[in-house]
Amino acid sequence: MIIDNSEVILSVRDLTAEIDGNQILKGLTLEIKAGEIHAIMGPNGSGKSTFSKILAGHPAYTVTGGEVIFKGKNLLELEPEERAREGVFLAFQYPVEIPGVSNTDFLRASCNARRKHHGLPELDAFDFEDLIQEKLQIVQMDPSFLSRSVNQGFSGGEKKRNEILQMAILEPKLGILDETDSGLDIDALKIVANGVNQLSNAENAMLVITHYQRLLNYIVPDFIHVMEGGRILTSGTKELALELEARGYDWVKEELAVGV
Amino acid sequence: MVSETFIKPSAADKRVAKLQELLAQVSGSRGDSRIAPTVAESQSRARAILSELAIPSTKDEEWRFTDLSSLLDINFQLAGPAAVDVFALADSELDETANSRLVFVNGIYVPELSSVAGLPAGVQVGNLSAGNFPEIASYLAQQQGGQEVFTALNTAGLADAAVVWVPANTIIETPIHLVFLTAAGATPVWSQPRALVVAQRGSACTIIEEYAAARGTWCAQEASNCYLTNAVTEIWLAENAQVKHDRIQREATNAFHISKTAVSQAKDSRYTCTAVTSGAKLSRHNLEIFQAGEGTETVLNGLAGISNSQVADAHTAVILNHPHGIVRQLHKCIADGNAHAVFNGKIFVAKAAQLTDASQLNRNLLLSRKAKVDTKPQLEIIADNVKCSHGATVSQLEPQEMFYLQSRGLDPATSRNLLIDGFAGEILAQLSIPALGAKLSRCIACRTDN
Repeated sequence: MIIDNSEVILSVRDLTAEIDGNQILKGLTLEIKAGEIHAIMGPNGSGKSTFSKILAGHPAYTVTGGEVIFKGKNLLELEPEERAREGVFLAFQYPVEIPGVSNTDFLRASCNARRKHHGLPELDAFDFEDLIQEKLQIVQMDPSFLSRSVNQGFSGGEKKRNEILQMAILEPKLGILDETDSGLDIDALKIVANGVNQLSNAENAMLVITHYQRLLNYIVPDFIHVMEGGRILTSGTKELALELEARGYDWVKEELAVGV
Repeated sequence: MVSETFIKPSAADKRVAKLQELLAQVSGSRGDSRIAPTVAESQSRARAILSELAIPSTKDEEWRFTDLSSLLDINFQLAGPAAVDVFALADSELDETANSRLVFVNGIYVPELSSVAGLPAGVQVGNLSAGNFPEIASYLAQQQGGQEVFTALNTAGLADAAVVWVPANTIIETPIHLVFLTAAGATPVWSQPRALVVAQRGSACTIIEEYAAARGTWCAQEASNCYLTNAVTEIWLAENAQVKHDRIQREATNAFHISKTAVSQAKDSRYTCTAVTSGAKLSRHNLEIFQAGEGTETVLNGLAGISNSQVADAHTAVILNHPHGIVRQLHKCIADGNAHAVFNGKIFVAKAAQLTDASQLNRNLLLSRKAKVDTKPQLEIIADNVKCSHGATVSQLEPQEMFYLQSRGLDPATSRNLLIDGFAGEILAQLSIPALGAKLSRCIACRTDN
């Protein structure tokens, strides 16, 4: 939802970044306010996923220029765990399997790290159990997943649901979904999208990164940005997604080439 | 060349001399006269074997990766009775085994710290020299592989032993805790703990075997006195018997620990060993399983969590000679600092061992650039209709896993500990007492804490 004069959650200006000497982001500018859902679309290799990882603080990428202000703070100065505690959440495209670490222990450690950061009392096992039972409903997850190792042996859909469950527990100010829809069947896609919609409110913002328009039938964005070559080429409202789906990404490139 | 021919015999002489010196010390102590007749023959055989052996060098195939040279220069004296108090047990105390515990200090039974009041009638648990074990001669020092140098040395000096004797069809729910402590003095001492477990037909029991320093605390990192433990444990499973064996080696940081576990499994028996190593400057555990009938099941879980300049060597061998045997082995090592982990796992599948189903996996986690692992999974299969797999992996903490945890608000130290904990947890979860697993988990976290 677009709210007049709402808080700016994320402000990215002329962001450039590289990995192993290859420049991936070439001057990205974007502003996201509380309450809004933004979608970034673009072909493979356009830098969408890189952008999401840089926001989360992935150590493999080097920011070479520009700025990222998150709730008034310079995000680029913060360690990945500090960003998470401040309210940045990245739902991974490929969630990592961690054998031997139980999902519950992981979720509780994560939840308490954030609570501690905000001066809240840490939750004991019993209080956490109550919290998690409530949050499980959001992604219709079976409680048996909690005692299993993090993502180990989970199907693609279960991994993505587990990501949304983590988001539900951490209650971020900015939820970034990196190709959360890739490879999901329709049922799983609906559950994941429904979870995101339940978590979206006037206080937070969502940034949905996707290759396919299909997801945007279920998570309806307020703004759509088209990325290509490490930059946002054009932005628009949700109708832009339909046009992209019908005419392909090349159309945007051509339009823009004409414009330039 | 001249200097080489000069040095070589000298080093070899030193190895022979060291063994004879240790042997001479135990030959004097004949132990309790009541046990002498039953083990006399084994002892004289062991002494005869030892007269032709030496402390092994890295030229011996079985000791390729573990160098015992540092033992040669230490003047170990056989440990005598130590003044012990209730604090001697220190962190070895477990609520679950308060009344099912035998404690030995310096290889000598300590009744004041032991109690078996919590065990069912008919079960005989006690020290060899005090108990009445009429059939013991068929079991004590009768396992195969007794001619190995350190096993023979232990047998040669056998004075007492922890004995667990479970009658047929008796199920013991309470774990039996065998605690072997060393009270090290100002000068280096050595001792030779010995244990014998006999599980008769259809019986079941759980054994927790633990090695530590007297008054030793978990995670003790401070320099301690030097000592040597040379332990031997023999386990016999009769038809359809089940033994769950948790083996904890957390000796002091300056200790040497050399040990043998020899297990004989009759038809349809099931043996599960969970061996955890966190202690000693240098440790070697030989675990040998002899299949003595068909349809046996053998589960071997191993974990070494070591740091600094610790060496932890696990040599396991499963010898299958009958059909329908099952072997499941998972051995894990976590090495930090300059630590060196060794795993040599043999599984022999003889011609008669058709339809064997064996799997063996060794996984290693190296936490520093200087940590090292030597791994040698080894399957020898002669039977032609079997299912066998083996493998080994060596890895570091995955940056992807670290980033994933950090992106959920966990700092790098917590993330690292969680990953190490997870790696170790797969084995520690197999221990019969969860509190013991939790203690060891903290101990390994402490060892690998940067």
